[in-house]
Amino acid sequence: MADILKPESESQLADAINWAQSESVPLAVKGQGTKDGLGRPTQTRYTLDMTGFSGIDLYEPEELVLTAKAGTPIAEIQQALADKNQELRFEPGDLGRLYGHAPGGGTLGGLVAANWAGPRRIKDGAARDHVLGIKGVTGRGEFIKSGGRVVKNVSGYDLPKLITGAHGTLMAMTEITVKVLPAPEKIRTVLLIGLSAEDGRKAMSRALGSPHEVSGAAHVPATAAAMLGVDPVTRQGAAVTAIRVEGPGPSVEHRCAELIRELGGELGGATEELHTENSKAFWKALADLEPLVQQQDKLVWKISVAPTRGPALVDTLGLGDSLHWLDWGGGLIWLGLDGSDSRADAIRSTVDAAGGHATLIRAPEPTRAATEVFHPLPDPLMGLSRRTKEGFDPNGLLNPGRMYPGF
Amino acid sequence: MIAMPKPDESVIARREQIAEDLAEIIPPAHVIYDEDERRAYETDGLTAYRQLPLIVVLPETTEQVAEILKYCQREKIKVVPRGAGTSLSGGSLPVADGIVLGLGKFNKVLKVNYDDRYAVVQPGVTNLGVTKAVQEEGFYYAPDPSSQIACSIGGNIAENSGGVHCLKYGLTTNNLLGIEFVTMSGEVMRFGGTGLDSPGYDLMGIITGSEGLLGVVTEVTVRILRSPAEARAVLIGFPTSEQAGDCVGRIIAAGIIPGGMEMMDKPAIHATEAFVNAGYPMDVEALLIVELDGPQAEVDHLIERVDAIAQEAGATYSRVSQDEDERATFWAGRKAAFPAVGRISPDYMCMDGTIPRAQLPLVLRKMTEFSEKYGLGIANVFHAGDGNLHPLILFDANKPGDLDKAEAFGADILKLCVDVGGVLTGEHGVGVEKRDLMPHMFTEDDLKQQQRVKCAFDPDQLLNPGKMFPVLHRCAELGKMHVSGGKLPFPDIPRF
Repeated sequence: MADILKPESESQLADAINWAQSESVPLAVKGQGTKDGLGRPTQTRYTLDMTGFSGIDLYEPEELVLTAKAGTPIAEIQQALADKNQELRFEPGDLGRLYGHAPGGGTLGGLVAANWAGPRRIKDGAARDHVLGIKGVTGRGEFIKSGGRVVKNVSGYDLPKLITGAHGTLMAMTEITVKVLPAPEKIRTVLLIGLSAEDGRKAMSRALGSPHEVSGAAHVPATAAAMLGVDPVTRQGAAVTAIRVEGPGPSVEHRCAELIRELGGELGGATEELHTENSKAFWKALADLEPLVQQQDKLVWKISVAPTRGPALVDTLGLGDSLHWLDWGGGLIWLGLDGSDSRADAIRSTVDAAGGHATLIRAPEPTRAATEVFHPLPDPLMGLSRRTKEGFDPNGLLNPGRMYPGF
Repeated sequence: MIAMPKPDESVIARREQIAEDLAEIIPPAHVIYDEDERRAYETDGLTAYRQLPLIVVLPETTEQVAEILKYCQREKIKVVPRGAGTSLSGGSLPVADGIVLGLGKFNKVLKVNYDDRYAVVQPGVTNLGVTKAVQEEGFYYAPDPSSQIACSIGGNIAENSGGVHCLKYGLTTNNLLGIEFVTMSGEVMRFGGTGLDSPGYDLMGIITGSEGLLGVVTEVTVRILRSPAEARAVLIGFPTSEQAGDCVGRIIAAGIIPGGMEMMDKPAIHATEAFVNAGYPMDVEALLIVELDGPQAEVDHLIERVDAIAQEAGATYSRVSQDEDERATFWAGRKAAFPAVGRISPDYMCMDGTIPRAQLPLVLRKMTEFSEKYGLGIANVFHAGDGNLHPLILFDANKPGDLDKAEAFGADILKLCVDVGGVLTGEHGVGVEKRDLMPHMFTEDDLKQQQRVKCAFDPDQLLNPGKMFPVLHRCAELGKMHVSGGKLPFPDIPRF
């Protein structure tokens, strides 16, 4: 039976880590635990529950900045931003649902620890591009701050980059400052119906290389499209290639019309337009990984490559019939596999050849224990990563083995 | 003046032997030994500081870089990497007992892929050189520091350079896809690639902005963007700086993120106008240049909205650029602000703090007080959108005591920036210049943790010594854990 320690102040947190140090007992660092299924399984008797660090400390919409305790529910932050017509521009989906949790779960700390991002990643980056400052206690039991609350800051090393995406293996975060941005006034999505993956990819490359400031580009085969729950998409009964533009009204209308003109004719096939509400529903369904949420028994891979490599990669793997879709202009493949075989070796060697990386996002514990969850690193990088971990957490107390053996 | 670490005389005594050894790794012509030729490398953009390097080497390949570093690691010789030498913080200031590793020969654009929107370049390619390589196809590289005509992309990574467009388009770190990197021990590594994100820790993220203390970048893959269809700028003048600052806040509150938003105070306006005749109004206290870029329909729409907001905020002057030439003229003044100030003062020192924007009126008022206290003039240019201040302190280095006064004035400004919630440096880096101010922003524990990152990459601390950290700790000492003798009691905290 795991014991749960729930510190409520920075000094209590430091006490807990110092105690763990003296007892040599590792700690599982946890928010709401909605992403427990992400990463290598770890065995720790003690859990450090970080939800005692909760609440928004500072939100200045005109300064585009928000500071909150790491355990603050992400839903609370998104509501506060929505009230001022702002948002987290990296468009994080509701990842907990992928692991069978109720909607609206998760904390800011969990989101940052996973460095998550949604479809808008291609234009506006991931969590790592929006985190300005992080405070917390390292595995040495020392409270440190890094970064700040301003966008332009090169004072010392950019530690927030390192801590973001470290899955809680470097420090237990207590407070996070993020850049926030205005929500777009209007959204439109151009749908190209019935294209092959390769033609869809071509259309997306053209759109992303156009001056129309495309903020989302995904190719969704018919099976996945039918599961998105957005009627104008579902009723097509065919693959859709979706291209999103956002911004002020007149601009969005103009760009949408231009994209239809430029892409519709050349590649053939019908086009459709989604307006703001349907667009929101469509891209939220993709950000939330809706088809994979609905099929809880499937193993889930996330593969990142250069966009032009995406469609061919699916073909090479012979997985065209598996549940999958392409996001990020073709550079992100979401793949759901039946059965318990992760096919990690085949996937990883094909992805390596394409210069990408593959993460086993969801799988039963035994599978994750037997297969590297995160893409294996070359030896020199592994050594450097281990030394980096040791700098923060020399005795491997925080989430040991969550990312790779040893860290 | 900031003191550099005491040179190791035993290394200096071996200068000739070291040069001979290096000439076995790279062609002898690329090992610079003569004092006359080394002189060209004695300073960078922080010209108040000068130091002749031991030797300068100019490798041409990644393998050569790796061999040089391996040799220096073995022989415990310090290495100062150098791109174009434009650092304003002394980032590539040499040390007497170390070599300068110049990357000027890494000057080729290796590959451009428009379908995947990236360019692979060598680190010595200039920032503008990246854009030039792709502009015929209508693309560009977004970060645009004012020194973009000269500064190298490798230097941009070292400093995480910004520019006037970074509120909308991000800094170097947000526009990098991958790097090839050589550690001090000569290991060649690749981070990132042509797709997005990379597995494991974001080591590319920590290398970016590490000021050449962690390793040497030998190849760079950057994201390229399609150039906006349209860009127009509007000049807006205000009777007070407060009103100009208020206008900036209102524009952002209206949900508008301009491509660029710059502010100049009266001394800066007058100096630049006299230098480039940009047509700036002379009777305002503060001038904003707001640039909107994007699809034409959007730019036209937003220019009108910005103009209306400016009127509400009390603008007394407003002019919208009518064509590309006029837009370029608007920017010519701002981009020439440093040399323009150089004309009205024998010397100037450029500061680089960032503040939360709302603190601008207070900070400007305080800077006027400091100016009176030190008896030195000041002109201000300011990346208004992101709160990055560039106060230019005017002084005369030939006047005894003036440089010291200017440095003290600058330190006061940067401490003020930190005290109002900002930071010491927004884009120029800590380098030598701001090294000793780091404890004003960071605790000892904060700084030690940063140095432990350094230890993971360069345990003997041979790369770019004397920069960024005011107090050097040995890595062995930093790695130690201070654990109390016995076991600690179970912590008195809620437990379930």
